[in-house]
Amino acid sequence: MKNFSPQVTWVLLALALAVLLAAPFVLYPRFLIEIMCFALLAAALNLLVSYAGLLSFGHAMFFGAAGYVTAHAVKVWGLEPALGIVSGVLVAAVIGWVTGLLAIRRQGIYFSMITLAFAQLIYFLALRMDFTGGEDGLQNVPRRALLGVVDLSGNLAMYYMVTLITAFGFFAIYRVVNSPFGQILKAIRDNEPRAISLGYRANRYKLLVFVISASLAGLAGSTKAVAFQVVTLADLTWVTSGEALLICILGGLQTLLGPVVGAILIVSMSHYLATLAEWVLMIQGLVFVVVVMLFRKGIVGEYYAWLDRRAARREAVPLTPPVPEQ
Amino acid sequence: MNEIFGIPLSAFIGQLMIGLINGSFYALMSLGLSIIFGLLHVVNFAHGAQYMLGAFVAWGLLEFMGIGYWPALLITPLVVGAFGLVMERLLLRRLYSVDHVYALLLTFGVAMLMEGAFRWKFGATGQPYPNPLKGGFELGMTFIPAYRIWVIAASLLLCLSTWFVIERTKLGAYLRAANENAPLVRTFGINVPRMLMLTYGLGVGLAGLSGAMAAPIYQVNPLMGNSLIVVVFAVVVIGGMGSILGSIITGFGLGVLEGLTKLFYPDAAGIVIFVAMIATLAIRPHGLFGQEPK
Repeated sequence: MKNFSPQVTWVLLALALAVLLAAPFVLYPRFLIEIMCFALLAAALNLLVSYAGLLSFGHAMFFGAAGYVTAHAVKVWGLEPALGIVSGVLVAAVIGWVTGLLAIRRQGIYFSMITLAFAQLIYFLALRMDFTGGEDGLQNVPRRALLGVVDLSGNLAMYYMVTLITAFGFFAIYRVVNSPFGQILKAIRDNEPRAISLGYRANRYKLLVFVISASLAGLAGSTKAVAFQVVTLADLTWVTSGEALLICILGGLQTLLGPVVGAILIVSMSHYLATLAEWVLMIQGLVFVVVVMLFRKGIVGEYYAWLDRRAARREAVPLTPPVPEQ
Repeated sequence: MNEIFGIPLSAFIGQLMIGLINGSFYALMSLGLSIIFGLLHVVNFAHGAQYMLGAFVAWGLLEFMGIGYWPALLITPLVVGAFGLVMERLLLRRLYSVDHVYALLLTFGVAMLMEGAFRWKFGATGQPYPNPLKGGFELGMTFIPAYRIWVIAASLLLCLSTWFVIERTKLGAYLRAANENAPLVRTFGINVPRMLMLTYGLGVGLAGLSGAMAAPIYQVNPLMGNSLIVVVFAVVVIGGMGSILGSIITGFGLGVLEGLTKLFYPDAAGIVIFVAMIATLAIRPHGLFGQEPK
């Protein structure tokens, strides 16, 4: 997280609040909700990739599984949205724990492949199991009143609820990263043997952050299920995982705002090019290639780097050293 | 006898054939992936797209130039391999100095780009490709198409000759040496960057050849690489990334396993390979034939 001065941070936060409050009157709430759900999913993935150094290809499984459970809970069991979302998140956490147990012990590409394998497993299970509705998915999930009280049938109300949830998710990530726990994670990421030699049980920390990341991805999926009232197999495919990854990279790994910027761009693009479906895939691939080759830090990352360079130039060391006192 | 393990013999042999066919493609594709990963340490996510490219090249040769299957078998890997050479030279080479994950992401992006481009041009439906080896053999109650026998035999031959080249020839020795210690091999005067480029081209060419061979069996469509690539990754992981023999044996073995599972336990057929992968990683983390990474 970029260290702006406190005044700047407060101004930025106030600005963000104003934008968030006003946005649904300028753009379609559903569009904004979609951006926020994907931003949260990408942020969850970003947490894992950037701060734990673990590249997961299977985050869609948390996203989709939580979505299915929440949709089922709300539609069939009649739970109200808050409980439904909580159940979805819990399921995602459990899946994350089981997957993590097996995946954490392996390094690098093996870790990624295990996550991919588990994701495919979940996908096939979802395809076959009855409660997921197979190819059709779960549709017409009713919009019950939040906590039995707040009416969510209108898009504006739903938008505010999603904004709150997303803000909570991002705040959770911020707290995880800027905490002793986050520091230890960074240490493990940078030099695991050394961290272990200092007495930290690296695998436990990695498993914990994996579960946190899975839960947040599940939160995104559950929220999306409640807001859009439908869950399909597409939410579970590795294409969705790939999109989340693209958002992370485009926005900037190792930044908190990167996923937001990336989500805005990617979701907007798929909306405005909705009529040209194949173009979307091509453009996404092109963006991937260009970003990886040229702008590895992503949009937000490059901006921060530019800010750093500017600050460094201001504090440049004078060319002639001061004369020492005699 | 007409039954084996309670299944009619003809069905058993039929599924075995299907398993061997799928296994042939798994083996060929995982061979290419293993070679690329072994030397370049790049997980080539574009492998499925390059396989698809091979099928389309073969189809295009027939459709636009009237070039039949057998010449296409020679031309396609060269064309697709050339594409791989260009990709390595222009794109991948610049990413060796940074974290390996960027190369992986690059290949992922290229795969998306290729799939999008082909879907735009050809749509998602398939183009048919005629069977070059019609007819087959009657084996008791079952009919075994001749083309499938050819595919299995050809892949076995290709796999074993590739293994031979890498493990038993001088060129292969250079490759394996560069795999272990590239800077040192460079000091001996061997052009390692060019070897890397050619290796990538070889792996990609293998993918293209698989695509050409797959054209008469599966429809030639832009999505054909997608479902295959995920399974092939599982195969490579089970066999051990970077192990040539591991890829070959595991490829054929898992193909047969999948085919037979369809017979005895149809619902599990889609996931049996992933279950096997998870089990393997739990017990032998570096794959059945893999070595400890350095």
